[in-house]
Amino acid sequence: MKILVCISHVPDTTSKINFTDNNTKFDGNGVQFIIGPYDDYALARAIEIKEANAGTTVTVLNVGPADTEPTIRKALAIGADDAVRVNAEPTDSFFVAKQIAEHAKSIGYDLILMGRESIDFNGGVVHGIVGELLGMPSLSPVMKLELDGTKAKLAREIEGGKELLEVNLPFVAGCQEPIAEWKIPNMRGIMSARTKPLQVVEPVVVDSGVSLQKFELPPAKGAVKMVSADNVAELVTLLKNEAKVL
Amino acid sequence: MNILVFVESAEGKIKKTSLEAVAYANGMGGNVTALALGTVEAGELASLGKYGAKKVLHAGDAKLNDGVIQAYTNTIVQAMEAENADVLVLANSSLGTPVAARVSTKLGASIATNVTELPETSAGFVVKKSIYTGKAFSKVELKNAKKVIAIKKNAAEIKEVGSDVAPTTFAPQLTDADFAAKIVSTEKATGEILLPEANIVVSGGRGMKGPEHWGPIEELAKLLGAATGCSKPVSDIGWRPHHEHVGQTGVKVSPQLYIAVGISGAIQHLAGVNSSKCIVVINKDSEAPFFKAADYGIVGDAFDVLPKLIEAVKAGK
Ligand SMILES: Cc1cc2nc3c(=O)[nH]c(=O)nc-3n(C[C@H](O)[C@H](O)[C@H](O)COP(=O)(O)OP(=O)(O)OC[C@H]3O[C@@H](n4cnc5c(N)ncnc54)[C@H](O)[C@@H]3O)c2cc1C
Repeated sequence: MKILVCISHVPDTTSKINFTDNNTKFDGNGVQFIIGPYDDYALARAIEIKEANAGTTVTVLNVGPADTEPTIRKALAIGADDAVRVNAEPTDSFFVAKQIAEHAKSIGYDLILMGRESIDFNGGVVHGIVGELLGMPSLSPVMKLELDGTKAKLAREIEGGKELLEVNLPFVAGCQEPIAEWKIPNMRGIMSARTKPLQVVEPVVVDSGVSLQKFELPPAKGAVKMVSADNVAELVTLLKNEAKVL
Repeated sequence: MNILVFVESAEGKIKKTSLEAVAYANGMGGNVTALALGTVEAGELASLGKYGAKKVLHAGDAKLNDGVIQAYTNTIVQAMEAENADVLVLANSSLGTPVAARVSTKLGASIATNVTELPETSAGFVVKKSIYTGKAFSKVELKNAKKVIAIKKNAAEIKEVGSDVAPTTFAPQLTDADFAAKIVSTEKATGEILLPEANIVVSGGRGMKGPEHWGPIEELAKLLGAATGCSKPVSDIGWRPHHEHVGQTGVKVSPQLYIAVGISGAIQHLAGVNSSKCIVVINKDSEAPFFKAADYGIVGDAFDVLPKLIEAVKAGK
């Protein structure tokens, strides 16, 4: 079985977000980049499936410029067999999805996994677009994934609960916890990742329907007003009369 | 401009977030048609007219009671074609967002999700989106003739602007392939106020010490008509169900009021709550980072403060 895991290369969750060039570019200065946390769950589940099913291979794919390669190598260190980097800025969801679909078409994967959304642009639509482009079912957010031959049993989180599904391979899934636990690369993984194949391919041309105009930061938060634990009624009064939220 | 709004329902009632989507479409100033799928109460369908829909379509086939992503996609696409709609508006949700993705691809539409404000149309068609998990916004131009807009909670205010509309039956042409992903069963809390929809959220963290101590959180939530939430470790350990987990990797909420009890305020938790209108933090540690992101704070033991707060809310009713 062939599994494709699509990963984003995103600022660490503790990063301060800033912009440069008149608020048109992300300021990567001092920012640590990681595998998107949701993609990391997808990768972890793919590796578990590989370990339980002999003959399964896991390919990771990232759409990004050369500086995403350390992130890709990390995914290889976690246990993916090989990697593809589509050499382009991931400008928007449709662009990225189109690159993924083009690559997937040329290989024919049984399962395409990725995170439910990237934590930079939070679009949450790449899995659906890939599914539609490939004519496969797409499911997200998937919190459980069990394979049974050519069939899969999944749980998809819905507001206030979950939905249990059955679907035949191949399909696309946008993953989230608790599908698997994040994996940390070990020394052997890190060593072997250096020599695993990482293929760089040029992007296909896409007519993108969206273009960025500028970024904005939210207004700074005012100072907190403290209320004494001995005067909790005061809080209720403030919420009613000052904040007007009760 | 013809706008189709996909409205979601739960237990036969239209979701509040979907009423916001109708209000948003109405605010755009177009000709608004609402589309509901599956079993929905007749009065609920008609009432969509009050919030701005000129026409209400209902695809009431019981096969559409479950949110089957591909069947919903094709129903919406066919309704867009039938109504000659240029724009699809819907609420971001576990169903809406994946469906929006496929619809946009089928239609060759520009798509934006997490949209927080009405579009600016003086030069092009520009929407504002929440990005970096609430830490920033981007303004993007949607260039294609067709557009799909998924709005974030509170992007529009629900207002009564019209009167009831008699629904029209809509019968999509669907095939077995549209139901290839088969929903076997659904496990869902009933009668509860759902976290993504709630105007008030009462959330507990590891400081609550154990699931047996959630009584006061639930009591306060009930009094306030609020949903209950929790931090990630709390759902990881299984003290609370996973769908209550708020934050970077969980539910992103934007209520009027978020009350955090015994949560330290890690940056990943804040990422899920930073678009709340008002944040109240109760923590025994005056140095807890959450106070920096709060509007109101109480330094104190949750087990002392919560009962007092419950009494104060009761007294204030
Ligand atoms: C990639 C990534 C993603 C993450 N995503 C999320 C996410 O989506 N959501 C999330 O919540 N976390 C997330 N986390 C985890 C996050 O970093 C924190 O570990 C977590 O939010 C801490 O939860 P907590 O505040 O409940 O617990 P703690 O940090 O242990 O805080 C407990 C707090 O309770 C207070 N307290 C203790 N006893 C009492 C008492 N009796 N009365 C009052 N206060 C008391 C303490 O002072 C303390 O501030 C993520 C982490 C990573 C690395």
